[in-house]
Amino acid sequence: MDSRSKEPLFHLTKRGAIPKGKAMAIRVLAVVLALIVCAVITGLTTGINPLEVYSSIVSGAFGSSRKTWITLQDVSILLIISLALTIAFRMRFWNIGGEGQVLMGGLGSAACMICLGDKVPGPLLMLLMLISSVALGALWGFIPALCKALWNTNETLSTLMMNYIATQLVLFYTIRWEVPKGSGKIGIINQDSHAGWLPQIFGSKYLLPIIVAVIVTVFTYVYIKYTKHGYEVRVVGESPKTSVYVGINLKKVFIRTMILSGALCGLVGLLLVGGINHTLTATISDGRGFTAVLVSWMAQFNPFAMIITSFIIVFMDRGAGEIATRFDLNQSFGDILTGIILFFIIGCEFFINYQIHFRKKDRDHKEA
Amino acid sequence: MTGFLAFIPRAVAQGIPLLFGCTGEIVTEKTGNLNLGLPGVMYVGAISGVIGSFFYENSVGAGDVNAALAVIIPLLCSLAGSLIMGLIYSFLVVTLRANQNVTGLAMTTFGVGFGNFFGGSLIKLSNADLPSISLSKTSAVFRTQLPFAKSLGIVGEIFFSYGFLAYVAIIIALTVAYILKKTRTGLNLRAVGENPGTADAAGINVTKYKYLATCIGCAIAGLGGLYYVMDYACGIWSNDAFGDRGWLAIALVIFTLWKADLGIFASILFGGLYILYLYIPTGMEHMELKELYKMIPYVVTLIVLIFTSMRARREDQPPQSLGMNYFREER
Repeated sequence: MDSRSKEPLFHLTKRGAIPKGKAMAIRVLAVVLALIVCAVITGLTTGINPLEVYSSIVSGAFGSSRKTWITLQDVSILLIISLALTIAFRMRFWNIGGEGQVLMGGLGSAACMICLGDKVPGPLLMLLMLISSVALGALWGFIPALCKALWNTNETLSTLMMNYIATQLVLFYTIRWEVPKGSGKIGIINQDSHAGWLPQIFGSKYLLPIIVAVIVTVFTYVYIKYTKHGYEVRVVGESPKTSVYVGINLKKVFIRTMILSGALCGLVGLLLVGGINHTLTATISDGRGFTAVLVSWMAQFNPFAMIITSFIIVFMDRGAGEIATRFDLNQSFGDILTGIILFFIIGCEFFINYQIHFRKKDRDHKEA
Repeated sequence: MTGFLAFIPRAVAQGIPLLFGCTGEIVTEKTGNLNLGLPGVMYVGAISGVIGSFFYENSVGAGDVNAALAVIIPLLCSLAGSLIMGLIYSFLVVTLRANQNVTGLAMTTFGVGFGNFFGGSLIKLSNADLPSISLSKTSAVFRTQLPFAKSLGIVGEIFFSYGFLAYVAIIIALTVAYILKKTRTGLNLRAVGENPGTADAAGINVTKYKYLATCIGCAIAGLGGLYYVMDYACGIWSNDAFGDRGWLAIALVIFTLWKADLGIFASILFGGLYILYLYIPTGMEHMELKELYKMIPYVVTLIVLIFTSMRARREDQPPQSLGMNYFREER
């Protein structure tokens, strides 16, 4: 073998910019490929016709008007958490503590509902719930940000630990407030008086989170794109050195942004406890704090694209329940399919960001 | 005192899955790959072993299992399962340079789903009344103790009362610590994690090290899942029983400051903290306090993380390129 003129089979370069249409096409292709792989795996492991599985996923998400509303409600909740995390991600602050921040928000609401439910009038109670859940969520965002600002503590690891501290705190209060004693759960709070239950809008109990999600989406977009704060967040994310050079106070930006991020997550806690579940459990967030990381990243941190990505995830998840009941499969099958689709979407970003150059069939070389 | 001595073996048994996970994650993180898919990997390691031994036990039927096969089949299945998970992660992160946090979380979703799905399917296959699979024969082999353990009294109880995988865990941890600290391979590996650009310039094959370390790390972590099912849980798989041990193992990596030998004691300590609430009399009035005791490992880890970043001693820091991917042509 002639090692002298051996050029590697291919080499990689980073793309400068790729046309939006082409990037979209790559992503769609990845999803299609993922669906084919999922179909093959479904056929091999369960022996069920994959087309039937897909159609039942659709009917699981949109089979009836109630199912459609719940799907939209779940999309809104996931979307708000994703947007909250996005604000932090834009400054390259890896807040994977959404889970804990949501739980703390829920704890704040539940505490107000249980301890003050029959003591203060309704509107005041709701105001207190709002304040306490937002404040507790913000606190859970503030602590890792402070450590990062003062001592450069690794935020991925610290926010991760904060999640479990929040979970245990919620478990602690779940047992303290359990009804009836010994059951290990709180049950529906204020079932008779409905104190602290968030109001239904236009007679629909599903509408409130959707409206909040729309507001938060627009807010996040404007905040990141058009405000001074958002500008600072983006500069810090692009290059911390530049931001120091132009006189941005890094510490202040870290702390301010994380308080906002945590507060928005806390708001989700309020919606979940006060508006949707009317109870508090340690699994109320149901892993959405982690899922939101994926949603936000898949959308390339674009608030509007996040509507689509959070929809895909919720759609798969709701569909999985339907598969489970119809084919007598296990609910977790949806997780496997979601995982495979995620792998493909994650992998396809490579082809958007990098270009592969294959070795040219170099005739000149041979002749020489 | 006897109460405390009886507590130690329980703490060790709790700690061993964490030790496997922690050692595996240290190997991975030392090359700069923060694998948040560890909980998923441990699930896959556990269920692959369960699948292997389930079919082996069924093929044997009512007869006795061959001890060697009963160990080798689940072991190989478990290693294969977690290796595949490691390959998926390395391919996405090292070759395709995908974001590590995102890939890791997706792996956890996939791995936990994989475990619970196949666990659930096997439960249906076995037509059991309970929602769990019992592999008592295989487990008996895994739990075989040294013959002289019983005769040594309390000493035997504390040091020799475990199945062989527990000793494997300690040997692996010591070996990893030795390789990382004393050998050229370990030096190269750490260099890749600290500054891949420099390592590349020095002629170290960054991609190879990252791939190998991640795959080996995943294989080690997967054994933790296998130990949990076969030894700790006496061969009984039930969905979601493994719980949050994967995350606890990641916490342990921080707690030990990326030192594998320290992991042995730390994992036993964490194992103890994990079950401490069973031994502290809280009384029926204050059942909620046990949840606060379970919080201790995470709080301690957070404090260690903050203190090490405050003191900023260079040898205590996370690998410098942790969480970041390396692309040679990027400046």
